[in-house]
Amino acid sequence: MTAFAALTSRSVVLPQGNIDTDQIIPARFLSTTERAGLGKHAFNDWRWQADGSPNPEFAFNQPQNAGRQILLAGANFGCGSSREHAPWALVDLGLRAIVSSQIADIFRNNSLKNGLLPILLDETIVQALMQHPDDELTVDIEARELRTPNGDVHPFPLDAFARTCLMEGVDELGYLLLRDPQISKYEEHSHAS
Amino acid sequence: MTFSIFYVFKSNPNDPDEINRMSSAPRTLFDKLWDAHVVVPETDAAPAVLYVDLHLIHEVTSPQAFTELRARGIAPRRPDRTKATMDHSTPTTPADADGKFHYYTQASETQVDTLAANCNQYGIELFDMQSPQRGIVHVIAPELGLTQPGMTIVCGDSHTSTHGAFGALAFGIGTSEVGHVLATQCLLQRKAKTMAITVEGPLAKGVGAKDVILHIIGVIGVNGGTGHVLEYRGSTIRAMDMEQRMTLCNMSIEAGARAGMVAPDEVTFAWMAQTPRAPQGQAFEEARARWSQFSSDEGARFDQEVVIDARDIRPTLTWGTHPGTAIAVDREIPAAKDGAAQKSLDYMHFDAGHSLEGTPVDVVFVGSCTNGRLSDMREVAQVLRQRRIDPRVRMLVVPGSELVKRQAEAEGIDAIVRAAGAEWREPGCSMCIAMNGDLVAPGQLAVSTSNRNFEGRQGPGSRTLLASPMTAAWAAVNGKVADPRELFVEEVA
Ligand code: SF4
Repeated sequence: MTAFAALTSRSVVLPQGNIDTDQIIPARFLSTTERAGLGKHAFNDWRWQADGSPNPEFAFNQPQNAGRQILLAGANFGCGSSREHAPWALVDLGLRAIVSSQIADIFRNNSLKNGLLPILLDETIVQALMQHPDDELTVDIEARELRTPNGDVHPFPLDAFARTCLMEGVDELGYLLLRDPQISKYEEHSHAS
Repeated sequence: MTFSIFYVFKSNPNDPDEINRMSSAPRTLFDKLWDAHVVVPETDAAPAVLYVDLHLIHEVTSPQAFTELRARGIAPRRPDRTKATMDHSTPTTPADADGKFHYYTQASETQVDTLAANCNQYGIELFDMQSPQRGIVHVIAPELGLTQPGMTIVCGDSHTSTHGAFGALAFGIGTSEVGHVLATQCLLQRKAKTMAITVEGPLAKGVGAKDVILHIIGVIGVNGGTGHVLEYRGSTIRAMDMEQRMTLCNMSIEAGARAGMVAPDEVTFAWMAQTPRAPQGQAFEEARARWSQFSSDEGARFDQEVVIDARDIRPTLTWGTHPGTAIAVDREIPAAKDGAAQKSLDYMHFDAGHSLEGTPVDVVFVGSCTNGRLSDMREVAQVLRQRRIDPRVRMLVVPGSELVKRQAEAEGIDAIVRAAGAEWREPGCSMCIAMNGDLVAPGQLAVSTSNRNFEGRQGPGSRTLLASPMTAAWAAVNGKVADPRELFVEEVA
């Protein structure tokens, strides 16, 4: 995982609530043994029409949204399946942060492992941000805050451990592997032996 | 007593938290499961390192984890604690005369072959296409007795919550975490909050565990359980058999919860006693003594408590595109209160103010890790016996495992299903996730015993009503959504 560098971007807005992982990437694209290249299937059934052409109404197909790295989404984003293909697809699509008033547990966990930052803000703030998608938002991961060009500062919660992992680009597996002595001791003393 | 010795071993007398925990402060079932599996306690700076007793894997969410491990030169730490099956993308049609299975896509077959190769390389037990014990991961582990009370159980699959029915802490993980567990048998976890869901009273005829969980999700909402582990309690839950408890815990994730659980009791122990992989003989008695400790203490505090009166629960279906849109069969579809609800109504081609009863149905699917067990097959057979399904309906009955299939066939259920005009298929996830070619066509309406009604879940453009096996079978007979309580009126008449 690469370190989460400074992020300043305009946003793409998907106001709908409860956007589930089947919308983020439909199950029929999970028949893969790779993790790369899933971006073309991100939001597949909303993004592409039956004949394969882009749906012009869908936010990610609108030219002004090209290259934007922040998604402003309705509440309970990422509910449903545990498929890590969902954050893989979104990262491959170019996203680096998801802002919502609620983000489903497993999806949030999976996102953090892929350098995709889940930003939880109050619904009123998310709604207000959605009114100005062309504002350049700055995400300061060290200060744990999102700043708007007119000077608003919105602090967001981020676990200290997750922040360190993101900032240093290290993953949890390395940390866990270093706990080998404690794991061995646990295995000796518990019924888990 | 073995259990207390186990705790003494794990305690650190210098740690004030530990002393506090060792004192008589009442603990919830979740607290006990958590405490028993902490390898390194959590601090502000880092999550806890939590030990995983049983790791289940399948073909869809594991290949990238093995690739990652290989790239780092790491082999699985405890291959004996990982069990594998193939279920999501496998065909539900039998092998041909040459013993060859026909996959929907080449990619699906590659996934299945990749799992077999990974298991073979690392010595992981695999229930493959030839195994008489293969099936949906959440059906076979409890059936075999791999799932046991007091365990931590994870799988790269959100419906791992199913195993909580046995008083285990069981939850879904992503593929990176599948790699963590393979490499270290541990996960980094922050302790979740707890929610007690107490259901009291008898269930009416025609109302089952599926109706109970749909009703609960309707009450607390599709995100009501976010950040929480649910414990289901009360007389209604105690009266449920293990298969009903599994149906209930299975859909905890549809309320946003990480896990759902029921404290083990005599019903649980009776199930365990007849499984091949549970401890046997004297070891069983010792295990049982340990398992018995896994229940919430009197006075244990939950972060949230919800109380449900079982008498309020009627046969329940969903009208929208997430499981929180649950309503009783005879109730009106509510008016859209926001844009999302309106989008749901538009997608489903429904109007607010009408009840679902009478809605014409194209497809009926009975199966999945929610309702693909023997009791579900029996429930369907009871409805279909001496009846025929409406000729306009396509009905698939897909047992959750090879074992369920054999038991059902021994009881003649396959013959009843076929005589009614429905299809009796080979075990697998099938139309629950529609990865294997079992699809609901665009625009078609399915009544399904599975767990998700998201847009396109059962195929692009498919429309899904979630329901119990009895409601689903009765809809097939009627060619439209109908109230299964009519079955009992007929009985009396
Ligand atoms: S039956 Fe459905 S929910 Fe259950 S494991 Fe299979 S795909 Fe997932």
